[in-house]
Amino acid sequence: MTVARFWRENESRYNLIGTKCGNCGRLYFPPRSVCPVCHRKSLGKMEHFHLDGKGEVLSFSIVHDAPSQFELQKPYVIAIIMMDEGIRLTGQIIDCDPADVTIGMKVQATIRKVGEEGASGIIHYGYKFMPLR
Amino acid sequence: MREVAIIGIGDTKFGELWDQSFRDLGIQAGLSAVGDANLSGEEIDALYVGNMSAGKFIEQEHIGALIADYSGLARDHIPATRVEAAGASGALAFRQGYLAVASGMHDIVVVGGAEKMTDVGDVLSTEIQATAADQQWETAFGATFPSLHALIARRHMHEYGTTREQMGMVAVKNHKHGSLNPKAQYQKEIKLDAVLKSPPVAEPLGMFDCAPISDGAAAVVLCCMDKARKYTDTPVKVLASGQASDTLALAHRESITRFDATTVAAQRAFKQADTDASGIQVAEVHDNFTISEILAVEDLGFFPKGEGGKATAEGQTALGAKIAVNTSGGLKARGDPIGATGIAQVVELVYQLRGQAGKRQVAGAERGLAHNVGGTGATAIVTILGRVN
Amino acid sequence: MEVGIVSYGAYLPRYRITPQEIGRVWGTDGEQMSKNLLILSKSVPSPDEDVITISIEAARNMLRRCEVNPQDIGAIYVGSESHPYAVKPTGTVVAEAIGAGPNLTVADYEFACKAGTAAIQTCMGLVGSGMIKYGVAIGADTSQGAPGDALEFSASAGGAAYLIGSEKVIARINKTCSYTTDTPDFWRREGQCYPSHGGRFTGEPAYFKHILAAAKNLFGVMGTKPTDYQYAVFHQPNGKFPVRVAKQLGFTEQQIEVGLLTPFIGNTYSGAVPLGLASVLDVAEPGQRIFAVAYGSGAGSDAFDITVTDEIKELRRERAPTVKELVERKKFLDYATYAKYRGKIRMKEGAE
Repeated sequence: MTVARFWRENESRYNLIGTKCGNCGRLYFPPRSVCPVCHRKSLGKMEHFHLDGKGEVLSFSIVHDAPSQFELQKPYVIAIIMMDEGIRLTGQIIDCDPADVTIGMKVQATIRKVGEEGASGIIHYGYKFMPLR
Repeated sequence: MREVAIIGIGDTKFGELWDQSFRDLGIQAGLSAVGDANLSGEEIDALYVGNMSAGKFIEQEHIGALIADYSGLARDHIPATRVEAAGASGALAFRQGYLAVASGMHDIVVVGGAEKMTDVGDVLSTEIQATAADQQWETAFGATFPSLHALIARRHMHEYGTTREQMGMVAVKNHKHGSLNPKAQYQKEIKLDAVLKSPPVAEPLGMFDCAPISDGAAAVVLCCMDKARKYTDTPVKVLASGQASDTLALAHRESITRFDATTVAAQRAFKQADTDASGIQVAEVHDNFTISEILAVEDLGFFPKGEGGKATAEGQTALGAKIAVNTSGGLKARGDPIGATGIAQVVELVYQLRGQAGKRQVAGAERGLAHNVGGTGATAIVTILGRVN
Repeated sequence: MEVGIVSYGAYLPRYRITPQEIGRVWGTDGEQMSKNLLILSKSVPSPDEDVITISIEAARNMLRRCEVNPQDIGAIYVGSESHPYAVKPTGTVVAEAIGAGPNLTVADYEFACKAGTAAIQTCMGLVGSGMIKYGVAIGADTSQGAPGDALEFSASAGGAAYLIGSEKVIARINKTCSYTTDTPDFWRREGQCYPSHGGRFTGEPAYFKHILAAAKNLFGVMGTKPTDYQYAVFHQPNGKFPVRVAKQLGFTEQQIEVGLLTPFIGNTYSGAVPLGLASVLDVAEPGQRIFAVAYGSGAGSDAFDITVTDEIKELRRERAPTVKELVERKKFLDYATYAKYRGKIRMKEGAE
């Protein structure tokens, strides 16, 4: 059972914690240990950064052919969200009719089950997006 | 760096090959290439194998050793290397073989690519393909491999007005080409209507917008140019190899409607080959999804950004046009046994540049370009081959 | 030291199903069941929701309304009878997801429908004794009823979270009394999917006996009578029991109206009284007094005497949805989709 691989990232998946380069100020999600722009100048200077959770839809797709663990939810909407902070995340859009999703739609992050390893495995929680109220 | 030539090629039929194991396929293609190069076997200095995921498809790692063994070459303890870059595993293996010969390290090298995808069920096969994407931040959240390409398609439609019909024409054209290729997985033409009506996989992509699950293998023999004519009258020169990387996750790219890795790899290759897009007559590009071919012809520089769909719909990438794209049928119709694809693309270009492509022949082809992509564009490799007069 | 509620938050899933739709499938007169239970619809969680996600949503709503630093939370207790894990607490995931801890204590509670109020009582003790600065008590459930059983018409999903402290208290808990006996009215054995119940035994010797006893204890200790309170919230397994027990105690229908949610969302079990109380706090004014009595099968009742303070005016109630807004946000399902979402359909294990 893959326990540690997902546990390690709980902070980021639950609370949208990424990193900010202490050298140039660029934001990254998920967290990075080195800034791709500053390279070695950023080592040891990557700080935790908390995304607010609001953004808009850059692109989306309604998934019909789903892997076994998403069987109960299909068809579901997967999207790339451009967060207000200027960086992008990939996540599901829920709490609305797939037919109502549009590019540019404003969304906010919430927490949901994102997967589980069968009936006896660990449940993974993480962000999904719903229309901004 | 010295010049390198391809002196032999071999490929199996691609498809659902129930009777053939991974080993069978790998060896068949390899022996075929070695025979085509008129080698007996002991001339081979090294072996490279492109394979994405034998560990998951057939629960076997250590593929270099496996192929060396069953091709009989392990007996002579030749160096054998398995190369992986998701969908670009084949082209990357080719590049390693090319660099080995160009550097002077080896004289004759066999490069193969193989994948046996039907030894697991469809659902698992699709999940394995998705390991090319970001497992922690894309697939874990429900992004399937086709859906990531659907995100690209939807945005491309939004930014450039590309239509489902234009994307569908990629499939129609490639099936038409495939019907001329006896080794292709699909031998029948299809109609645009069938593509548009095919069951949705991840909107706006339907089943016929996606390359199939396939078994197959392909191989080539590389030789330093100055010894090539000892073995063959029809050597084909490797003019260039360009490789580039980009972010693993699609969401982290500068733009999600182009593959910068493709453009950079192509620039590197064009520079090395001292040519540009207009110098290419035949191209094998990575059409694992219809939108991928549209991106490819734009990002490689064959058409301006945003006009790939229009160009396809107008027939400007079909056999007979200024640039013939995917005469083999592409991944869509010829099939896509992942690790084999990059090598199969090179094999098709060699057929073309030797004038042996039969009904698919591009008249007067001087230079061919192969474009192989890993993941959603995190790896791109562009290989340019040239006819030798 | 004044101990009470510093903030609160609620959450309800958006899906609903009607008794008529359930009855249609099981050959029961759903219309009649609806009238018998006084339930118009019940809430249904989405397949990607569970007590953990509901608790987190409620707790986040709770924190949105106040200025408390989650690092000052000393304890989190989550009461439910549908915790996602039998072993591995809901509370630790909640703590992580609201930025509390790691220097805090956590445990999950079970006591049928009164696990959430038991959590409130525990937090009151920890705060009142000076052991912690703030405690979070959550009551949440995604309860299941066996297909076709009477409970299937009412068992629903939802929850509410309470921040208990002694600074900037918006509703002072003047007193809490409980009445607890070994009464087997409703239970679920380890490993069983669905609960069992004693039919009519769940009424008079269970629900009514315990609520009446706890309520009378509270009246006695506080020296109060029903007219001293503006609001009353009772446990509400259906729309009728709370109306009857209110009447028996001398409360009017007007007093219980705001806190009576079951007719619209069904019985949210451990979430029932917490949600009913949240509904009252959404509209309560300083000086108003609330009488709340929870009931959990097995059996026990927790009663609370609460006075709303001036501080409620400072609470940013508008920063999170009201219970009314959550109730109104709804989408109806057919039974097949409901059964699929609730895992009532036997699926095949593993990928192909």
